[in-house]
Amino acid sequence: MSRRNYTGQFDVAGLETLAGDALEEAGRRGASAAEVAGNLGEGLSVTVRRGEVETIEHNRDRGLGVTVYFGRRKGSASTTEFSREAVQRTVQAACDIARLAAEDPCQGLAPARLMARDTPDLDLFHPWGVDVERAVSLARECEQAAFDAEPRISNSEGGTVSSHAGFHLYGNSHGFLGGYPTTRHTVSCSVIAGEGEGMQRDYWYSTARHPDALEPVVEVGRRAARRAVRRLGGRRLSTCRVPVLFSAEVASSLLSHLVGAVRGGTLYRKASFLLDHLGRRIFPDFVRIHEQPHLEGTLGSAPFDNEGVATRPRDLVRDGVLQGYVLDSYSACKLGMETTGNAGGVHNLTIAPGAQGGGGGELSFGEMLKRMDRGLLVTELMGQGVRLITGDYSRGAVGFWVEGGEIRYPVEEITIAGNLREMFAGLVMVGSDLDLRGTLRTGSWLIEQMTVAGE
Amino acid sequence: MSDVLQSARDTLLAPGGIGERELQETLGRIMNRDLDSADLYFQASRYESWMLEEGMVKEGSSNFERGVGVRAISGSKTGFAYSDEILLPALLQTANTARAIARSGGSGRIQAWRREGGRRLYAPMDPVGTLSAEEKVELLHRLDAEARRQDPRVTQVVVSLAAQHEVILVAASDGTLAADERPLVRLNVSVIAEQNGRREQGSAGGGGRVGYDYFLEQERGLGYAREAVRQALVNLWAEEAPAGTMPVVLGPGWPGVLLHEAVGHGLEGDFNRKGSSAFAGRIGERVASPLCSVVDDGTLERRRGSLNIDDEGTPTQRTVLIENGILKGYMQDRLNARLMGTTSTGNGRRESYAHLPLPRMTNTYMLPGEHHPQEIIASVESGLYAVNFGGGQVDITSGKFVFSASEAYLIEGGKVGRPVKGATLIGNGPDVLTRVSMVGSDLRLDDGVGTCGKEGQSVPVGVGQPTLRIDGLTVGGTGVVPSGG
Repeated sequence: MSRRNYTGQFDVAGLETLAGDALEEAGRRGASAAEVAGNLGEGLSVTVRRGEVETIEHNRDRGLGVTVYFGRRKGSASTTEFSREAVQRTVQAACDIARLAAEDPCQGLAPARLMARDTPDLDLFHPWGVDVERAVSLARECEQAAFDAEPRISNSEGGTVSSHAGFHLYGNSHGFLGGYPTTRHTVSCSVIAGEGEGMQRDYWYSTARHPDALEPVVEVGRRAARRAVRRLGGRRLSTCRVPVLFSAEVASSLLSHLVGAVRGGTLYRKASFLLDHLGRRIFPDFVRIHEQPHLEGTLGSAPFDNEGVATRPRDLVRDGVLQGYVLDSYSACKLGMETTGNAGGVHNLTIAPGAQGGGGGELSFGEMLKRMDRGLLVTELMGQGVRLITGDYSRGAVGFWVEGGEIRYPVEEITIAGNLREMFAGLVMVGSDLDLRGTLRTGSWLIEQMTVAGE
Repeated sequence: MSDVLQSARDTLLAPGGIGERELQETLGRIMNRDLDSADLYFQASRYESWMLEEGMVKEGSSNFERGVGVRAISGSKTGFAYSDEILLPALLQTANTARAIARSGGSGRIQAWRREGGRRLYAPMDPVGTLSAEEKVELLHRLDAEARRQDPRVTQVVVSLAAQHEVILVAASDGTLAADERPLVRLNVSVIAEQNGRREQGSAGGGGRVGYDYFLEQERGLGYAREAVRQALVNLWAEEAPAGTMPVVLGPGWPGVLLHEAVGHGLEGDFNRKGSSAFAGRIGERVASPLCSVVDDGTLERRRGSLNIDDEGTPTQRTVLIENGILKGYMQDRLNARLMGTTSTGNGRRESYAHLPLPRMTNTYMLPGEHHPQEIIASVESGLYAVNFGGGQVDITSGKFVFSASEAYLIEGGKVGRPVKGATLIGNGPDVLTRVSMVGSDLRLDDGVGTCGKEGQSVPVGVGQPTLRIDGLTVGGTGVVPSGG
């Protein structure tokens, strides 16, 4: 249905011709197989700070990437120039590399029989048509709502409204050629509460394929303000071992570590703490994590992956047991398996709300605080202290101390540490407060115990 | 330098039939009395990479990018648009879009060209061609063999080699006409070692604004392979890092990432102009112990973070940020400098033509002190000695920063003891340097591996420091706190 709208916006025919030229050129240069990915995009991003326009950015992007195979030898190249000569030069560069690459039995296109047969309309394209003036006024409203909501908001990094539309094309020498348009609109606000050494900054954002699915700009501003103010007067904690509740917006990072650890590239390199865990229990019984690539109108949906392979819904974890890996055709071959349609990543990976000892009850955030009773609520994580090879986890954290099932005071300048294997096994509860702003969709996670380092 | 300007014109402008007159015309169309300045940033870059794994050169890629970014500034407002076509009609259209922040039409006067130049911190050349493709492949194989030769426990070796060649030209309404040709190479070796079912990683690398031959000189590339293996083997017997607050000794070189996170970002002009940095309004105040002097220096020859001119055409410089513990200055681009009533320090950098310039670091390091590094370690009864790090992050408003040690040891009784893993250090930027109690004489810069991210833009940077002792830094491991403190 949405296809009718984009033809005027993007030169799709031109992109298809260029993609065809690139595949043909690869063949002419002796490549036995080739694939091409093309992108067109345009957008607008406006930031208003303290009521005044700060930046108005117009984006217009394009790119064409070519991969060629000479038997089992691979080379890639890309260009932002779309002339015939540029495409020829790009194909040539890819061929030059392939000739020197090693014969690697797993290199090549994904199997032809796995190519997507059609491109279902997943309702991913809803242009907003917001012009600069309207975007400025929305961004202003958003920021103003933050100042209005909380008198202790002292400063701002601004309210931002952005809207992007793009077209993604993929084709290969199996004869597959597919493409689809997407849109993404975002409203965000970042504000500062307090003064001097006691300053705290926080933000909120809403992002969606459809402009109507965005949170109202005023609500985004208010939430940013509340989040900044509630951090004022942060204290440190003494080093201790306590339960940790990851709020939904940071719990998605734990899902991303799971994906990182069961991704083919990590597994065949034996760089994962979940090596050889297929069919084994990695979470408590109640945990189900499923992939929903065809959910209409969502940010993580895609009809086919980066190799043209049809995406399909599946369970990644069922009853706490790992059901599959996240594979592209190369890593699948290395593991003696078949691609799972995840070249380029997962598509709407969702963890179902639930709790140890039965999920019949209430799974709201408030209920999770009660169940934790005493421990640390984490609302922001810092740094990169995650090592997938061992599962060692140690990151900076910001959040709140919880006692008697209630938030007592903000905490900062602490770290939380543990091992992902034990953290996954110690998952007590997953909330129903799903954060749907990305391709990793989760509610809050309550983890049995971690080490908090502070004073 | 005039050669560089001429060759940049040949590369960037000539193919689209654009000359100095067209640049003037475009800027003239943008400028009017509502606008303070405008600039055009032309860029052509080529990036290539090669990767070896499992003893095979598995893949390589070659990426071409070119385009022009147009910026118009009025007060603190910025209008920005870009195009990947460097042709006059596209340029004029992009200029029209960017200037739409101003009310009335343009017919502004442009200053006569003022050509920046003369500096040559690195050779203006394309590093991609400094080795033949066959030689690159051979280099990858040699490093693989060297890593595997070190120890039978090495099970995986990944070697990656990359080069970027970038030609840029800046033309601005104030008459700036400047160009730069920037080579950049990078080599990395990452290994996995395995023993009794336990697997650990190690990695090492380096690079700079040089050709690939840099890695052949003094066996540098082979050195990375040996170093990566050494680190992985250390981690094989590392124990849990302690948790708690303790004295920490940081080794020289790359641990300077502490400065980058703890104070560097907080001293960037934009955050201070907006008052969002924990360091805002604190020039002249004590922010570090008197032992600490920190500079940002974009003028070091051939270093990864160096530039002849920044991405606004301003020559880079050595900027004193902290002198004997007193905050002296911020790092500025032109926009924030003007709004703060000062001048650019040559720190206006951007990832590409498709991104707006921001105040960014170049090479940030602490000047050496008087203590012998051994003396510093011997001074600690019980604490942590951290010699290598992964990445870090800072919240510039609260000042809180973290960074993760990839190689660290306990210090027990003034001696380096057993290795520990998984240590994340956390602290407060405006406070951490006040607790520096000893500064070593062994200033070292990193090997050329740093990439800094800000507002979604990545740029190459350098860091450095001598050995430092910091009293009371929080270490976030899972193990027990060593007794004594």
